[in-house]
Amino acid sequence: MGRKQFVVAGLAMLVLAATSKAGPPAGGTVSGKVTYEGTPAKMKPIDMSKEPSCAKMYPTPPVAETVVAGSGNSLGNVVVYISAGAPDEAAPSTAAVFNQKGCRYIPHVLVFQVNQELKIQNEDQTSHNIHPLPKINREWNKSQPPGTPPISEKYDKAEIFPVKCNVHPWMHGNFAVLKNSHFAITGDSGAFTLPNLPPGKYTVTAWHESYGDQSQEVTISGREAKTVNFVFKAKPY
Amino acid sequence: MGKLLAIVLVAIAVLSAYPIVTHMFVLPEDISTHGYAIDSQIHDTMLEAGLSFVGAQIVLAAFVWSFTNRKEGSPLRSFPGGAKVAVMAAFVLVGTEVLALGVMGQKAWAEVYFTAPKPNAIQIQAQAEQFAYYFRYAGPDTKFGAIHPDKIDEGNQNYFGLDPANEVEARDDIVSGELVVPVNREVQLLMHAKDVGHSFYIRELRIQQDFVPGLDLSLHFTATKIGKYEIVCTQLCGLGHYNMKAYMNVMSEEDYEKWLTEQAGQ
Amino acid sequence: MQEGSVQEAHVHAPPEGFVRKYIFSLDHKVIGKQYFALALVAVFTGMILSWLMRIHMVWPNAKIPLLEMFSKNGAPGGVVTPEYYLSLLTMHGTLMVFFVLTNAPFAAFGNYFLPIQIGAEDMAFPRFNMMSFWTTFAAWVVLMLTFFIPDGPPIAGWTEYAPLSAVGRDAGPGMQWGASLWGISIAIFCIASLLGALNFIATTLDLRARGMTLMRMPLCTWAWFITSCIALLAFAVLFPACILLILDRHAGTSFFIPSGLVISDRLQPHSGGSPLLWQHLFWFFGHPEVYIAILPSMGIVSHILINSMRKPLLSAKVVIYSMMSIGFLSYMVWGHHMFVSGMNPMSSLAFSFPTLTITIPATVLTLIWLGSLYGSNLQINSASLFALGFISMFVAGGVSGFFLAQPSIDIYLHATYFVVGHFHLVMGVASLFGVFAGTYFWFPKMTGRMMSESLGKLHFWITFVGAYGIFMPFHYLGLIGNVRRYQSFVDDFMTPYIGWHKFVTIAALITGVGQFIFLFNLIYSRFKGKVAPENPWSATSLEWTVPSPPPWNNFGGRHPIVYHDPYQYGVKGSKGDFVMQNSPEQAVPASGD
Repeated sequence: MGRKQFVVAGLAMLVLAATSKAGPPAGGTVSGKVTYEGTPAKMKPIDMSKEPSCAKMYPTPPVAETVVAGSGNSLGNVVVYISAGAPDEAAPSTAAVFNQKGCRYIPHVLVFQVNQELKIQNEDQTSHNIHPLPKINREWNKSQPPGTPPISEKYDKAEIFPVKCNVHPWMHGNFAVLKNSHFAITGDSGAFTLPNLPPGKYTVTAWHESYGDQSQEVTISGREAKTVNFVFKAKPY
Repeated sequence: MGKLLAIVLVAIAVLSAYPIVTHMFVLPEDISTHGYAIDSQIHDTMLEAGLSFVGAQIVLAAFVWSFTNRKEGSPLRSFPGGAKVAVMAAFVLVGTEVLALGVMGQKAWAEVYFTAPKPNAIQIQAQAEQFAYYFRYAGPDTKFGAIHPDKIDEGNQNYFGLDPANEVEARDDIVSGELVVPVNREVQLLMHAKDVGHSFYIRELRIQQDFVPGLDLSLHFTATKIGKYEIVCTQLCGLGHYNMKAYMNVMSEEDYEKWLTEQAGQ
Repeated sequence: MQEGSVQEAHVHAPPEGFVRKYIFSLDHKVIGKQYFALALVAVFTGMILSWLMRIHMVWPNAKIPLLEMFSKNGAPGGVVTPEYYLSLLTMHGTLMVFFVLTNAPFAAFGNYFLPIQIGAEDMAFPRFNMMSFWTTFAAWVVLMLTFFIPDGPPIAGWTEYAPLSAVGRDAGPGMQWGASLWGISIAIFCIASLLGALNFIATTLDLRARGMTLMRMPLCTWAWFITSCIALLAFAVLFPACILLILDRHAGTSFFIPSGLVISDRLQPHSGGSPLLWQHLFWFFGHPEVYIAILPSMGIVSHILINSMRKPLLSAKVVIYSMMSIGFLSYMVWGHHMFVSGMNPMSSLAFSFPTLTITIPATVLTLIWLGSLYGSNLQINSASLFALGFISMFVAGGVSGFFLAQPSIDIYLHATYFVVGHFHLVMGVASLFGVFAGTYFWFPKMTGRMMSESLGKLHFWITFVGAYGIFMPFHYLGLIGNVRRYQSFVDDFMTPYIGWHKFVTIAALITGVGQFIFLFNLIYSRFKGKVAPENPWSATSLEWTVPSPPPWNNFGGRHPIVYHDPYQYGVKGSKGDFVMQNSPEQAVPASGD
């Protein structure tokens, strides 16, 4: 290479280094399955008789989503995330959307980042009242009549906490406000994947709203895939 | 202008009485066993109040008509009998009438509050909370499980704070958002409030009773007609007060037993 | 009563300087006008709040312009939220009951005219009087602050029932600082009212002019005096109740909160209290309070009616005794607000009987007013129109009381619009009619100018017809079971009746516009009204013997002497058909009585 090309290549690498995000783009993966042992409580159908405008949207009443049990004892709605070992990340510019539809929260557990915009929408014909119940973040309580614009809020501290609707007592959900983007939420299959992890020692935490949380340590070196499984003890009632 | 006032007074009296006299607003149908006494009180009181109202407006109008714009030099006159007549009329007419209504009205009050529920009345527990009612049936074991406020978990629909894990009586308790009752059977409602003051009002049943936190109150009634009736909260309890309601579903005896079995299975 | 020396002891020097003359004035007349001005601001605020409530109720999705600027949380996009509706409702009630109905008929007119009518130079305690007003003003400022805090005004209604009002922020938006500021404001208001009541009583008992026996006082003075006696006991109970509420909210006490309450998923750390205790304390004040609101208007209307009829009432003594019985009985009926509250059902019966009995003196008064009209020479002007309108409204509002006084009927009608119609007609409208009548009657004396009669009559017609249009339908709606304090009606049961609510809303807006005519009349006449003579109504009581407006010491240093009762009308006197109270002329009856 001539000196000029060397300088250009050097400058290009500097630019590349300066503009690339924290951490190299490709890395290891932690994946696994969350299951339960024992017999989980049977989820009861939700009695929405006090709100006919929502009740009529369901041919059969929906069941509560506190415990989402799938085949093979898999557990859904578990938030799996890196609680230690990864640096804090700036919030993405897209909003996390929390929807009130049919007098239920969709999704039941919403995971988003510190300082990320939370957008709450009301698609029902009835007024809802969103009352998140954090312990370390600022508590607020707002009504959202039908047809009013979405509510925009954000949280500046990492915390997992419940949300309820004051007007409809069966409406409960959870917000998981996390410090980085390494998180997943299990579906019916109980499976999760946390990709793009640079080499390092991590604590992976799984959180379930009824069964508590568990953590495991895992070390990633290079582009390997590690498996971490969680087993929660189910409660019969 | 005095004459105009007199005319307007009479017009207002007539227009106000019109919707009552023509039964534009009728009380919702009475489906209770004690409501007839309340309805009859309302009817009697309406007669007395209505006549007093219309009568007073007409007398006022008549006097305003006759005694405004009087000719120069017309003599002043005093109402025959003076103040004595007014005092006597008040005591005799209004006083006795109104007190009589009070005495007569005791019967309706006593039927609701001074008669005990029959021993075979169905006991249903009612909990009022921000902003819904939940009703609990004792289930096949006819025993209610204990209530533990610290175990209340609404996301899991444990509204009463029952502890089925440790208490056998709580396991078969049926919790419903609807008050389901069989027709023509006496029901005793055991009432308590979970958070703040609420009230229980079913218009067709002619009952209304506050839920007072800290107090265990009860109401008894018998519904006499099958159908679905609104239960609404009448004690300001917070922002959702306007939407705090439940439905009372009065069913036939067999439908009621079927419903209980269905609920027990869930 | 040795009037001369006692009066001299209460003389104060003439006011000097702008601040002493117009702001921190010791002069009962300035203080009376200050109360009137405060009541005026409060009543227009309260009225606008009621407009917002009524518009939202019938058009729940309405985007009200400018409201979002005023409260972003309360009206996002201009749509009133359920909690903001309750805030509007709470502030409407609190402003109207305390700052309008206690201030205007009692504190404003009473302060201005009681000393003059009994022949005194000022109130017994001018400094207390000044403190009274400024304390009331401070209470108003604290209350209005709740509009500007992030959580907004409280949402538990002007009755602030515990435990909703006592547990703090878990109970809902507005129940954090909003409710605490409410408690503080009302506690301050209680102190102001107690000072005022003390002043009125001492003045009435001690500072009457020579010849002014108690039975020779004008009927409005009697009303103010009886009202002060009621207020002394009533506010003395509300004050500690507010303190206990504040302690429950901030000091961890449990006067009104039992154990085991779970609110917003939190187990409340209180135990041992009773929500019913708040209700008893509140209504022990609350019921006499409504008589505090109506009695002065009864006195004012009697006073004005006599003047308009050119003839005394059938018996002033009976009127005085009736007002006294109402005052006395008002303390025995508070439980009628609590028939279905969970208190012992026997108590309900016990409260029902005095409640029904109070109908008797109220009827005596009505029959005396009506009976006195017979054979009179009734003059129609704005003041007398409102006085006559008062009688109509008082009867309309009073007869619905027959229903509510019976516990069995109250089972059905409690907390429905029937109750709302009842108390608005008898307390809101009738009492305000007394205030309007007093304003038109006494404006010339207070300002030296006449109000426009044509605007006054227009104001009367809009208000009279409008008020019936607003409140009469409430009784019908109550009969079918329309529940109160709902921000809108979301259930099928109410759908057939929304049309009636729309009618009421339109009536309320039109009636409200009429009140701006009154406001314009007040302001315009203050500066451009026709100059008023000393006695434009050919009236007899002492306020008409002094210049319009009166000098700082009312009687210019003279000590008036009165020779007979204040209602020598329909007699042959040197001035026509009347003899002034301070005139030693022997009255000759103009007609055989």
